[in-house]
Amino acid sequence: MRRQEESPIVLLGSRLLSPYIMLFGLYVIFFGHYSPGGGFQGGTLLAASILLIRLAGGRRVSRLQIQEFATTPLAVFGVIIYFATGLVAMIMGGYFLDYEMLPFTGMEPAMVRYWGILIIEVGIGLAVMAILVMIYDNMVKGEDYA
Amino acid sequence: MLDFFLGHYAYWFVVILMCVGLYGILFKKNLVKKTIGLAIFQVSVVLYFVSIASKWGATVPVKDSNIPVEQVANYLNPLPHTLMLTAIVVGVATLGVAFTLLMAIYNRYGTLDEQELLEKIQ
Amino acid sequence: MIYAASDLPYRGDPDNLMHAEESITGTEVVGSYVIQEAYKDAKTPNIVTVILGDYRSVDTFGEQVVVFTAGLITILILRSRRRQI
Repeated sequence: MRRQEESPIVLLGSRLLSPYIMLFGLYVIFFGHYSPGGGFQGGTLLAASILLIRLAGGRRVSRLQIQEFATTPLAVFGVIIYFATGLVAMIMGGYFLDYEMLPFTGMEPAMVRYWGILIIEVGIGLAVMAILVMIYDNMVKGEDYA
Repeated sequence: MLDFFLGHYAYWFVVILMCVGLYGILFKKNLVKKTIGLAIFQVSVVLYFVSIASKWGATVPVKDSNIPVEQVANYLNPLPHTLMLTAIVVGVATLGVAFTLLMAIYNRYGTLDEQELLEKIQ
Repeated sequence: MIYAASDLPYRGDPDNLMHAEESITGTEVVGSYVIQEAYKDAKTPNIVTVILGDYRSVDTFGEQVVVFTAGLITILILRSRRRQI
């Protein structure tokens, strides 16, 4: 595959812009309770900030940010967070993903549901980010076997 | 007559998008263009559901302190927006799998044209 | 198809059947129940997140499995073939 010349202007622009997109993505995840947003939207924004560097700089530069083998354990970790809250809620009595039985002390039942939804949103955002980056990485790696 | 036009132009726009997607699936011979037509079709269905759930004089389904929540007519129906979030993510996953399969076909057969593929398989 | 779209009710009509507060048969509608009870149940102003995370959390779990399976497929299809020894 022919290697094209990488232009330094595009690389400089995306290096300036990428941390702000990541910060805004974290804001959208954690403010999913008070404004439109939540898990899926924030996860997509985080993945966009990582893919910008991978598109602009090639593989050698972007390996310093997130390694290529590290996305699969992150994705599994995100799904396990979701499943673990469901299993803990089922072990303490009640049905699957019932947030009132989670072992938080000293709060009224409505606040326990608040924290349960927050944990789930973090798990969703992490999993969606890791999987979108993983799809891109495998598609780039697999095109050399022609 | 103007009332009829103003009430329906959103649905006509969605119908035009749907027809563009169908034309791309049926009449193009390259496999990548067919996949892009499928993506346009999915986006048009999502737009249709979101445009149905609009109401005059109502606000976003996020609770505000100034607008009392007991009168339901002040807020939009939150159900179509929720279901369309799931639909968008499923569409993205389907597109990822479709492009991976296209790459595997290209690695194996060397072409992405529909007629040449049918001749090479036999 | 444009003829079929002309038969739909007006966009944004408050008398629409979509925004009815009571169903045709007289039972409660999901939309009005959720809007009135969401803040008391979860202390969260965002109603869409409450539906996705609390009332319909099994749907969101199934969707995570779908996205995870799509990511796994890309690994399994594009593996290297080491046939030449």
